[in-house]
Amino acid sequence: MSVVRRQLSVVWMTCNGQQTTGNGQLTTDNKPLAKNMSRIIPIIRKEFIHIRRDFRTLIIIFAMPIFMLLMYGYAINMEIQNIDLAMIDHSLSPASRELVRAFQGSRFFTVTYFDGGESAIEKLFHRRDAKMALIIPQDFARIIGGPAPASVQILIDAGDSNTAQLLQNYANVVLQTYNAGRGVVAPFEVRATIQYNPTLKSAYYFVPGLVALILMMISALLTSLTIAREKETGTLEQILVSPVRPFEIITGKVVPYLFLAFADGILILLVARFWFEVPIIGNLALILLGCLLFVGVALSFGLLISTLARTQQVAMMGALMGTLLPTVMLSGFIFPIASMPKILQFVTYLVPARYFLPVVRGVMLKGNTIFHLWLPLGMLVLMGIFFLMISAKRFKMTLEV
Amino acid sequence: MDNYAVQTENLGKRFGKFDAVKNLNLAVHEGEIFGFLGANGAGKTTAIRMLCGLLLPSSGSGRVAGFDIYNENEKIKQRIGYMSQKFSLYEDLTPAENIEFYGGVYGLKRQALLKKRAALLDELGLAEQADTTTRSLPLGFKQRLALSCALLHDPAIVFLDEPTGGVDPEARRNFWDLIYHMAQQGKTIFVTTHYMDEAEYCHRVSIMYQGEIIALGSPVELKKQYVKASMQEVFIHLVDR
Repeated sequence: MSVVRRQLSVVWMTCNGQQTTGNGQLTTDNKPLAKNMSRIIPIIRKEFIHIRRDFRTLIIIFAMPIFMLLMYGYAINMEIQNIDLAMIDHSLSPASRELVRAFQGSRFFTVTYFDGGESAIEKLFHRRDAKMALIIPQDFARIIGGPAPASVQILIDAGDSNTAQLLQNYANVVLQTYNAGRGVVAPFEVRATIQYNPTLKSAYYFVPGLVALILMMISALLTSLTIAREKETGTLEQILVSPVRPFEIITGKVVPYLFLAFADGILILLVARFWFEVPIIGNLALILLGCLLFVGVALSFGLLISTLARTQQVAMMGALMGTLLPTVMLSGFIFPIASMPKILQFVTYLVPARYFLPVVRGVMLKGNTIFHLWLPLGMLVLMGIFFLMISAKRFKMTLEV
Repeated sequence: MDNYAVQTENLGKRFGKFDAVKNLNLAVHEGEIFGFLGANGAGKTTAIRMLCGLLLPSSGSGRVAGFDIYNENEKIKQRIGYMSQKFSLYEDLTPAENIEFYGGVYGLKRQALLKKRAALLDELGLAEQADTTTRSLPLGFKQRLALSCALLHDPAIVFLDEPTGGVDPEARRNFWDLIYHMAQQGKTIFVTTHYMDEAEYCHRVSIMYQGEIIALGSPVELKKQYVKASMQEVFIHLVDR
């Protein structure tokens, strides 16, 4: 019985806690902006509590960038070293031994002599004991002493065609060095000078893409998820019957992720600069401007997804399909746009990261200024406005369903 | 000039080719407990959502707290409280944080809100559980907390959409005691339910069937009209016709 009494007093309290006449007059300031802020701030505060208590969100925000940095920085190495090279030397002459030494001296290859005969090479490849085999013919020493060029046979396991291509290049380099050592002058020499990333470090290459990926993920994925979650639990409805306006909800939802996306962006840049020693040649402010515009596009895209998705699962799928995959695949992050089929090249024009990457890469590595980058920056502005217009329109409509 | 809390004229909502609500005509008095009955899918929730400004009507007109439901949503929202069957609380927030949030979106002043929060937690018996998340509370507590959150701004009209769904009979009974107290405060209660025993507690009820109101009156009147002993029988009689 005491339980009942306690419950009865609940409403008494609820109704009398505020000494008004019951027609809902509230005590907020009359200034519109102050009113907006007083309603936006609780939403922001609440969102931060959600983030703090949700393990998955915390992982996405803090662990993912670090994991990705390490993965791209160390595991994905564009250089190949210590390739197992099986050496079949039928010549067994000073000239052939010199050639073998040339390969042994290269950091690319680990040379082992193999005497199983040519027919067994395939087995080597099958067992992955070797990636490449070099066969020096019996008459090598005789021919190389004469006027005609001598040949050696190189067999490469092209199961991975990119690697095979690289191996061929490496082998050519070694052979050229060998020729040069013997005083053979090639008719001409190709000497490539690599600009902006002279040591071809992959960190230079992946950091801009990683900034794009993380900003996109946090802005679009998490924003759309958080709105979809409130739809699922029915709390969005509960907020919508309050005097809060849609734009106040959106602002309150977006601001926390804007902060976090920027914090992550800066974290990545710091690690890139001081851990992987990627230079930032150009103006840091220009990168940050690029980040701001890009985050704007990503957030409005996330809102668009949230207006289409009723559940978190749908939002997650939509965000993955709509942002992460295109950002990785179709932005020029990993695969050069120029080498894509024409139809995919056309699709890349719709991927925001396509315009963001040249900004980050250009400013960090080449010292580009705004005069070089007005086009991609302008495209980001246009895309942001475009998505925002659609999603604002759609957001209103979905409130009614 | 009328003093109706809720008034509609031929209010309708159509989804594609489906009429969820047809020609709804209602006049709910201030301070009345108005029961909105019907089976699931009869159009109760659609109607209540139109009145709360969550859904734009397709036809007809309506006024809530004297304001037009098409143009004066903002004013209506200041004056209504809404609680759904889902008890729309944030389960990962503590009860205190839920109260603080809902008070915040209704624009309550900080000092008043904190005072009210402390008093509410005390009254709900949740003061000691201030640090536990709402998720772990029993359903009855959640229900009362949700109601408290919906009433923080002291609304004149309270919309309750199946507020007792899933709650045990004793808690339901207690909840209706709360509803009576609110009515005594002068609040108008607009409550949907499909429990017919709850219908008996209302001042007046309307019975909705396939988007239309097929009966309207006090429980006593309706029972007399259809010569039935309970609202349950009245309802079955009407719906099975």
